[in-house]
Amino acid sequence: MNVCYENIRIVSPVQQLHITGYLWIKNGIIEYVGEQRPDVPNDVEILKGNDLVAAPGFFDMHVHLREPGQTHKETIETGTDSAANGGFTGVVCMPNTEPAIDSIQTLEFIKNRSANNIVNVHCCATITKARKGDELANMLSMVEAGAVMFSDDGGCVESADMMRRAFDYTSPFDALLTQHCEEHSMTKNFAMHEGSVSADLGLKGYPSVAEDIIVARDILLAEYCGNRRYHAAHLSTKGSVRLIADAKKRGQRVSGEVAPHHFILTDEAVRGYNTNAKMNPPLRTQADVEAMWQALSDDVIDVIATDHAPHTFEEKMVEFDNAPNGIVGLETAIGVACTQLLHRNVVSLDKLIEKMSVNPRKVLNLPQPLLQQGAIANITIFNPDAEWSVIPERFLTKSKNTPFTEYQFKGKPVRVFNNLKMVDCML
Amino acid sequence: MERTLQHITSIAHLTRSDAEHIFHLARKFREDFHQGIHQHSLEQKVVVNAFFENSTRTKNSFEIAALRLGAKVVSFSSTGSSVAKGESLFDTLQTLDAMFPDVIVMRNSLSGSAEYATRYVGASILNAGDGKHEHPSQALLDALTLLDVYETLEGKCIGIVGDIVHSRVARSNVLLLRLLGAKVFVCGPQTLIPTDLSTWNVQTCTTVNELIEECDTVMALRIQKERMDAGLIGSAGEYRKFYGIQMEHIETKPSLYVMHPGPVNYGVEIDFDVANSHRSLIRKQVTNGVFIRMAMLSVLKGRE
Repeated sequence: MNVCYENIRIVSPVQQLHITGYLWIKNGIIEYVGEQRPDVPNDVEILKGNDLVAAPGFFDMHVHLREPGQTHKETIETGTDSAANGGFTGVVCMPNTEPAIDSIQTLEFIKNRSANNIVNVHCCATITKARKGDELANMLSMVEAGAVMFSDDGGCVESADMMRRAFDYTSPFDALLTQHCEEHSMTKNFAMHEGSVSADLGLKGYPSVAEDIIVARDILLAEYCGNRRYHAAHLSTKGSVRLIADAKKRGQRVSGEVAPHHFILTDEAVRGYNTNAKMNPPLRTQADVEAMWQALSDDVIDVIATDHAPHTFEEKMVEFDNAPNGIVGLETAIGVACTQLLHRNVVSLDKLIEKMSVNPRKVLNLPQPLLQQGAIANITIFNPDAEWSVIPERFLTKSKNTPFTEYQFKGKPVRVFNNLKMVDCML
Repeated sequence: MERTLQHITSIAHLTRSDAEHIFHLARKFREDFHQGIHQHSLEQKVVVNAFFENSTRTKNSFEIAALRLGAKVVSFSSTGSSVAKGESLFDTLQTLDAMFPDVIVMRNSLSGSAEYATRYVGASILNAGDGKHEHPSQALLDALTLLDVYETLEGKCIGIVGDIVHSRVARSNVLLLRLLGAKVFVCGPQTLIPTDLSTWNVQTCTTVNELIEECDTVMALRIQKERMDAGLIGSAGEYRKFYGIQMEHIETKPSLYVMHPGPVNYGVEIDFDVANSHRSLIRKQVTNGVFIRMAMLSVLKGRE
């Protein structure tokens, strides 16, 4: 590998770098970044970068890799292949595996299985043992073993007392707690968002307020326990965005993330009982989608994370009520984000890169990859103007449960560099 | 030329002329029946009644309808079928369809299951109730019953009172009554009304008194015991007081008709004397049910 891009846009918000120039990468190391043409030997492959952007590697802090335990849906190998194909160089895998990531053994297993991968795999560990909500997991040992955050994701820590104990217990280590915000007493057997579409389809609704209630509760608990670090996962409602904004204004250390489907689709996508439009949190209304745009633009929402949730064709091709929640997202994230946010002027290119690369690492206290000479290249190359049609057969994820089949997007990942490796994105 | 239909899963897929054609056929079958004329249009056809949820009246009504058209009928209920052993709906449908029936009349406890079935079978699917979604034959027989008394529903005010949120009867009726030009009013305990009715184009009334004041005919829906058990209403007595139809309603508004899809909880949603009074259309609904279902079976295309 010895390539030099010319006339490529190089954008690294943490370095306040936004130039058009040259980027030379040799054997996975950045040889040169700058506006002046470097003196490159003859054996260097020169690539036209006119339509391309080079950014610090994109990072998805909410991915279900399904291993251990559900390898018929996805494995660490297929999940990281999918991540790289979608333009990501780092992911956090969520702990609702079987067994759950509630022990050092499972953490180590994932670490070993993902070693030497082009994609850095970090773990979110559980708050409670087996995600049952009854007893705290060995959180301190898992902090020591490298867990970057904690959540019982897939479900919510139902008991306010247990959540309070988790904040207290980890406070000496200043761990990050993240929550799947769902007041389960209000959402039993839900199939979709509670609104006009659920009224038409006769499906049990999940009212927005059931998300808001937990966001509000957790913000209060985080404050009570001494301004703890808190990250609200996959926000979907106008109400929870308002709560996050308010907490930030008051100086709380809270952050929030949104999944691409929640800023492009509404509950209308469920009509026809489309199980690929079934996820948790469910698709909401146009007003909620617009609240997400505003929150991304105002930096109330820090992070775009996919909530990549693979399920097999057989699992999804059942009656709507019986279908599992979730869609794959790693390979459509850049397409959705560029189409819906960048090209509609919701966010600038720099801000898009912040939400997909800088901020997730900032929230997790991980080092920021730098685009500078001598650094190991951890870079996402993408073409924000490339138009393409989604063909799920090209996905490298083991499952193809996407609502975006045949969608036209403008913005496509091209290539990723990380850990001295290089992968071309083939979508 | 009236069109034939591959499936009937939702009133939303019918045009007004589809509905009127079904009424026309149903009336013709009714007249023929009273003159002792037998039908043979579905001879050699096989109709499967696949009831994945308990039903007595709808299942019997469909069976009789198919038999009166000369079809061969096979019926099953989920108790005693492979579904009870854990076979998926997909497999059950594929298995049934591999025996080449012409029509599958299907009832299932999950919303959307009728539409789901259409994706995997070559037979015509006739939705006999899918969860909380729709019950098209009930709405069509209700409308035929109303048309027997009013001639047209254009501008007529029809009320539906009860457990709207869980009711497939309500959803199909709202769609069909609006299609036929009626004004629709709904009423019920707020815990049993969908939170967002903006797409329904209906008006809401607070109590049954208000509803009856507004409406020419009121349909009462059955209150399932499980709703009471779930604590969604205070008590049966309180329900009757605010939402039950009682004799005094008919006394104060003698032009009112009352309907009920059955089975009735007397003294809760409707009193016994009201349900059996000369203003009750309940028996007519049941009779019309068979003729409507004959008409629905007749407009289906059958196997593709």
